Amino acid sequence: LSHGSGGKAMRDLIADVFVGAFDNPSLSALEDQAVFDLKQLGTHGERLAFTTDTYVVDPLFFPGGDIGHLAVNGTVNDLAMSGARPLYLSCGVVLEEGLPIETLRRVVESMRQAALAAGVQIVTGDTKVVERGSADKLFINTAGIGVVPAGINISASRAQPGDAVIINGTLGDHGAAILIARGQLALQAEVPSDCQPLHELVAAMLRACPDIHCLRDATRGGLATVLNEFAQSSQVGIRLQEQTLPLREDVKGACEILGLDPLYLANEGKLVAVVPGEAVEAVLAAMRALPAGRDAACVGRVVAAPRGAVILETGFGGERVVDMLVGEQLPRIC
Amino acid sequence: MSPGASLLAADEQRAERIRVQGLVQGVGMRPTVWRLARAAQLCGWVRNDGEGVEIRVQGGAEAIAAFVQALREQAPPLARIDRIERQTCALESLPAFQIEHSGSGAVRTAVVADAACCEQCRAEIFDPYARRYRYAFTNCTHCGPRLSIVASIPYDRAGTSMRAFALCQDCRAEYEAPDDRRFHAQPIACHACGPRAQLLRADGAAFSVQALSMLDEVDAACTLLQRGQILAIKGLGGYQLACDAGNAEALAELRRRKRRARKPFALMARDLDVIRQYARLSDTEAALLQSAAAPIVLLDAEGQALPEAVAPGLRSLGFMLPNTPLHHLLLRRMARPIVLTSGNLADEPQCIDDEDARARLSGIADYFLLHNRAIVRRVDDSVARVVDGRVQLLRRARGYAPNPLPLPQGFAEAAPLLALGGELKNSFCLLRRGEAIVSHHMGDLGEARTQADYRRAVGDYLQLFEHQPQAVVIDAHPEYHSSKFGHELAEQRRLPLRRVQHHHAHIAACLADNGVPLNAPPVLGIALDGLGFGDNGEIWGGEFLLADYRSCRRLGSFKPVAMLGGEKAMVEPWRNTYAQLMAELGWPRFAMNYAELDLYRFLEAQPRAVFDAMLGQGLNSPPASSCGRLFDAVAAAMGICRERALYEGQAAIELETLVDQHTLRHEDEQLAYPFAIPRLQNGLPYIEPLAMWQALLGDLVLGTPLPVMAARFHKGLTQVMVRMVEKLCDSEGAAAGLRCVALSGGVFQNRVLLSEMRRRLQAAGYTVLQHRQLPANDGGLSLGQAVIAAAQGLAGIH
Ligand SMILES: [Fe+3]
Ligand SMILES: [Mg+2]
Ligand SMILES: [Zn+2]
Ligand SMILES: [Zn+2]
Repeated sequence: LSHGSGGKAMRDLIADVFVGAFDNPSLSALEDQAVFDLKQLGTHGERLAFTTDTYVVDPLFFPGGDIGHLAVNGTVNDLAMSGARPLYLSCGVVLEEGLPIETLRRVVESMRQAALAAGVQIVTGDTKVVERGSADKLFINTAGIGVVPAGINISASRAQPGDAVIINGTLGDHGAAILIARGQLALQAEVPSDCQPLHELVAAMLRACPDIHCLRDATRGGLATVLNEFAQSSQVGIRLQEQTLPLREDVKGACEILGLDPLYLANEGKLVAVVPGEAVEAVLAAMRALPAGRDAACVGRVVAAPRGAVILETGFGGERVVDMLVGEQLPRIC
Repeated sequence: MSPGASLLAADEQRAERIRVQGLVQGVGMRPTVWRLARAAQLCGWVRNDGEGVEIRVQGGAEAIAAFVQALREQAPPLARIDRIERQTCALESLPAFQIEHSGSGAVRTAVVADAACCEQCRAEIFDPYARRYRYAFTNCTHCGPRLSIVASIPYDRAGTSMRAFALCQDCRAEYEAPDDRRFHAQPIACHACGPRAQLLRADGAAFSVQALSMLDEVDAACTLLQRGQILAIKGLGGYQLACDAGNAEALAELRRRKRRARKPFALMARDLDVIRQYARLSDTEAALLQSAAAPIVLLDAEGQALPEAVAPGLRSLGFMLPNTPLHHLLLRRMARPIVLTSGNLADEPQCIDDEDARARLSGIADYFLLHNRAIVRRVDDSVARVVDGRVQLLRRARGYAPNPLPLPQGFAEAAPLLALGGELKNSFCLLRRGEAIVSHHMGDLGEARTQADYRRAVGDYLQLFEHQPQAVVIDAHPEYHSSKFGHELAEQRRLPLRRVQHHHAHIAACLADNGVPLNAPPVLGIALDGLGFGDNGEIWGGEFLLADYRSCRRLGSFKPVAMLGGEKAMVEPWRNTYAQLMAELGWPRFAMNYAELDLYRFLEAQPRAVFDAMLGQGLNSPPASSCGRLFDAVAAAMGICRERALYEGQAAIELETLVDQHTLRHEDEQLAYPFAIPRLQNGLPYIEPLAMWQALLGDLVLGTPLPVMAARFHKGLTQVMVRMVEKLCDSEGAAAGLRCVALSGGVFQNRVLLSEMRRRLQAAGYTVLQHRQLPANDGGLSLGQAVIAAAQGLAGIH
């Protein structure tokens, strides 16, 4: 790939790589915008959800996924966490000069597959090629539009004492996968990333309990960060039970050796829900019926105090404070 | 002029206003003044005011001089007089000497530390004819609970948990008589009107106290201890767990139930004679045990042995004497020491609430010895030891906190501050008007209940001492809970926030602890600990600093070596051995020369490829110039506490314990493990351990006894540190001409290291400053933070 300024070469690139792959009427028209029929959108619900996120990952390809999967599922999930049904995505790509075209094709192909699997269309996009060294290989931005059905009110500030905390599966898989893939760590384990779309799982959960109080995907900063956000926004305390946290044995082992806390590791296909205490069983049953929720578990509960804090009850009667980290995991014991 | 005064010749008459400052409130100062003034036939009055005690006297000039002299010599036992200021004033007509009620509403009596049962009260509880015979809550102005029972100010009975107990007539009479030892003793009580002890089975089943003792429930508890039962006892500042220290089975059971595998237990013995059967006891140590603070004192085991489970792997025993009447009565018939450890599970804070204690301790204790006086504030036992005849505090709590520490010259004008301390062994500090109030030991702020307690305690102290800080001071570590709390507080109260570097705070704490004046020239500080946040996001922990209160420059350090797996390296000492060996020798060289060692086999069996990748990429393996980690690495290399540390500092403590004294004192200096002092790329001299590792591994190959190796390591380390000091202080060095060295940081709790450093530095002509009233560990950090911020404030740096 060479550095270009939007001439014929770029047009050819777009037509060749993207339009063919994403193949839908809006994109094929090669207009500067996608246009939607409002009435048609309105059939899905009553409120519009709109989000954007930029994806940067090293390495681009890792067990269980690649940057293309991330870019589609990440934005799909951000929409899904409002209860929305994701419909349309945009795709902006920044390419470093010299990136093999084959790499780009592979990424675009996974975006195509991810969009197909998630039932969304990539309807508009943009591509820039920058000078060598101005970007690291390939960055992707996706924005997304979805529609929220009536009667849903999900917010980080709605957790209340008596609620339960649910997650849909094992913690830290993506973070561990990236560390292992990046580091050539010679760990026996090959942990696949958990990168997956979650909107169908959310839809099933909402059918089981329309009154889900909080919902967020536990991406960067992990479960610990999301729960701290809930605790602070809702001014409640959250208590986790260590034994109930689902963890893959190999992730657990890798964390032991590396000295990392899985509560802070990134996920790309895990959500955290706070639901009314009486709805726990129904929600768990609905989740476990789907592959994305097979290992769903109730891991904690919401309490009145201490406000704004997350506490981990360890097996030994101890209670550790699970903080929001200011920076990276950094030793602090003198 | 009154008829009484007119009898004296006019030229002998004199009137003075006398101000007494120091620790003079709530300690029986006013009745003492009253008694002495009456004895000297002086007129006038005494009262508490905002800064101490104010006295107005009138009488013969000689009588007044004698009175002031007597005041200094006969101050009540808990008082500490820092200053007496005398001022002549006009004669006036005055009645006989009175105790006046404190002047304005703003004047309040300060809250002081809890004090151990005094000799007179002890005699009363064992006197069958005394009104308080066997009364477990006896106290007087010279002793008894303070900090642990105060809920609010002013400090009077209504503001304490004694509020629930109305004084009987006899107690009231004592309370109101200025010549009584119990005049204005807020917590006084007796059998008729005060709290009572109660013995219960942990499972709630009924039982007969009479079957255990003819006397009372406390005595029955003693019988249970003698029978090998585990008791939860509601002590002064928290619940405690007790069992017969001579009973190996009971000990093992207590360790199992409490899930405390190895951390040493504290002991309590009836008297010094019992202690002497198990430990060597110097006069200083005996005096410390018997002081009003009555801390746990670490003593060298000697004589009769206690079961290994009391203090596994250690040669010292932590003993204390009974500090409350309840403990005296409990141990009356106990000829052996008892274990008396905090009432909690593993590392939780000890319980203070009855319901909480029943819930948490029922699975550990067989019986509960409780009482119905609430504990308002969790206050742990203090821990001290004596090194070279000097008292060294390891944990400052019961008996010491919150007594104010006078600040050195120059700090009188400092603005009021709140300094929030570190992460582990936390204390916080209120600085005001030339004094510092350092809180009682808080503990590990990562523990949720401790942290909740800490947040409460900060608010609580601000209220108790009516403190309005003008700035909040925190450690520079962004992830410390205390730092985050500081951010919140500063925001809430709209106060400026100041960050202080960890090791600078250690050295400044040591300066203030030694009364070094604000404007004194800088010293060379050696701060050795596990780790602290350094400049530029580095991790430090073995630092040579050119420091005064205002500023600090790093002149040298230990070699930065990776902490393999971050905090994991604190828990698994061998990770440090591996990181050190890889940094020094590399695997091929280590394997080629030392393959016969058991250390080699151990390391070989670890997932080395992963560790090498972590080291190569710096993955969760930040370099740290930590002396504490070097101790871990050396201990683990020798097979001491190699796989897992079961409590903080275990590897270093067990390594110190091993040191062979003969080798330490008499072996040729040449055999001490050698270190070099090259320079880092940035020009900073550092302590390079390569030669030490070669010598140590060589000794392992030769099968040199571990105690000899431990001595050689300590010796070599002190040698090189003194060499570093000399290098920095010689005519070319950055600290040219400095002759004063301050030692601080948790590693200096190591008695061998501290003692050797002192000896060698003094021999080389240096003045050595070490901690006196505060722990060298992070328990002293908050004072350092406070004086640094105060000094910078006074210099106009904002
Ligand atoms: Fe420290
Ligand atoms: Mg996102
Ligand atoms: Zn007394
Ligand atoms: Zn009474």
